[in-house]
Amino acid sequence: MVTGYGPVERLVRLWLPVGFFLVLALFPFYWMAITSLKPNSELYNRHVMPLVLHHPTLKHYIDLLTQTSFLTWTWNTMLVAVVSTAISLVLGVMLAYPLARMRFAGAGLIAMTVAAIYLVPQPLLFIPLADVINRLGLGNTLTAVILTYPTMLVPFCAWLLLGYFKTVPMELEEAARIDGASRLQTMRRIFLPLCTPGFISAGIFAFTLSQNEFLYALIFLTKSSVRTVPVGVIAELIRGDVFYWGQLMAGALLGSIPVALIYSFFVEHYVAGLTSGSVKG
Amino acid sequence: MSVRSELIVAASPPARRTASHASWADRQSVFSWLMMAPPLLFLGALVGYPFCYGILLSLQDRPVAHPGTFVGLKNFAANFNDPIFWRVALNTFVYTGAATLLKMVGGLALALAMNQRFPLKNLVRALLLLPFIVPTVLSTVAWMWILDPAFSVLNWVLVLVGVPKPGPSWLGNPILAMVSIIVINTWRGLPFYGITLLAGLQTVPPELYEAATIDGASGWQRFRYVTLPLLQPIILIVTLFSVIFTFADFQLVYVLTHGGPQNATQLFATYAFDIAMGAGQLGLGASVALTMLPALALLIVALTIYLRRG
Repeated sequence: MVTGYGPVERLVRLWLPVGFFLVLALFPFYWMAITSLKPNSELYNRHVMPLVLHHPTLKHYIDLLTQTSFLTWTWNTMLVAVVSTAISLVLGVMLAYPLARMRFAGAGLIAMTVAAIYLVPQPLLFIPLADVINRLGLGNTLTAVILTYPTMLVPFCAWLLLGYFKTVPMELEEAARIDGASRLQTMRRIFLPLCTPGFISAGIFAFTLSQNEFLYALIFLTKSSVRTVPVGVIAELIRGDVFYWGQLMAGALLGSIPVALIYSFFVEHYVAGLTSGSVKG
Repeated sequence: MSVRSELIVAASPPARRTASHASWADRQSVFSWLMMAPPLLFLGALVGYPFCYGILLSLQDRPVAHPGTFVGLKNFAANFNDPIFWRVALNTFVYTGAATLLKMVGGLALALAMNQRFPLKNLVRALLLLPFIVPTVLSTVAWMWILDPAFSVLNWVLVLVGVPKPGPSWLGNPILAMVSIIVINTWRGLPFYGITLLAGLQTVPPELYEAATIDGASGWQRFRYVTLPLLQPIILIVTLFSVIFTFADFQLVYVLTHGGPQNATQLFATYAFDIAMGAGQLGLGASVALTMLPALALLIVALTIYLRRG
């Protein structure tokens, strides 16, 4: 819609604002990256110009990987994210398919309940949930978070998939039914294979949400061997009042990479999910 | 019976269809409830039960690892007489209000700037979303270092442009600490606003702008009378989302300030955490967390109804 402006007007209307937002969005990541590569002598010297890198070193990365449990935390984070995403997709489909395709009494109420649960923030539930997890004897096990992450991911996946399912035409399923397929067969063999883009969207979101989760992991995981990256970084790289900034930044950067990588592969799915998930429903 | 009745339904005229309609609907409902039973049981056990149990806890004096005793509304009365609790309530409203307003205005500006044709637009959009993608705790650690009392790069720049050394203590001063958490929350949430509104902007039919231009509307008038009314539903939905999750925010504040200095940035969620997990008072902590419920319930119901209509 905006075409035919001169170069000056284009600078003011386009490049200045877009440039401003880009610098704002990316500076903290730039800062993370160069901090993680600076030797301590440079980090804690106020007479050195801080915005550029003078003597790059990988020391902080080597220390992080050899002196802390960072690799264990990364493995834990991945395992938890993959398993809870898988559980949430399966349970999400089981909720979304009947809501999208069947007519039955109470469907509207269930759909509303799912949406409402999706919007309940964790701080409302974490205290009673901590007690429940303790009574089940699941403290300091990855099972604790693998069980609790789906409480937010299942309603989320169901909601997103419900929106997606409604956009898939029904003719193929009707044809399969006429040919004598049972409802379960129709759903599994005919319908679900058509919905791969929806699963990718929901899966990426669920994966990033589980990587981002902090509160439950903080409460349930207090031993280094079971911690996830966010909790490990906060609890073990900040020791009392002493900050190991180089290691902290290296950890923050490495911890962000899996999410950023997956996001970069599926960015179009992500944006589509982002805009349809909230707007269409 | 099952396959045959459906064959008849598919092939027969409307009169026969009503006759077999009851069994048809019946089977749909059986299938649906069987399918939905596992996820519903799961959510009932790990959301519904803890929710009710939390209400019960809030009515108990319940030190950690001890049995609880029922005390009625004593916890809520204690909160009512606790000056820190009122400080927390005020903080939460200031934080939510200011951050939401900034995200709304900034997000709209971002969407308008991005709604132009330019090279590498998709790459720019992907990069702009990064703050929203990266785990909050990890990006907050980077902000912590940007605002470090001794080695703040922000202060290095400020001193360069003439602010007296050593520059402000961002997280040590109550007001600046509040400003800091608001700005960082905005930094993280703004891309979500911006990209969602951008998607909304792209659905506005260009004919509307052309018609408005022919009628002599200025750029501002086109924005005010064409763009804004059409974006209004999306703005409302995104804002409700943002308000719900900012109101109950935990991570950012826990990592950056722990609620300090002197509870100046303490929010409901972090205060409930301190009482329940720090001091071990599960009942009192649950009552603080539940104070969020009325406002949250209102927002959640509003958004749920709105999403269903949309």
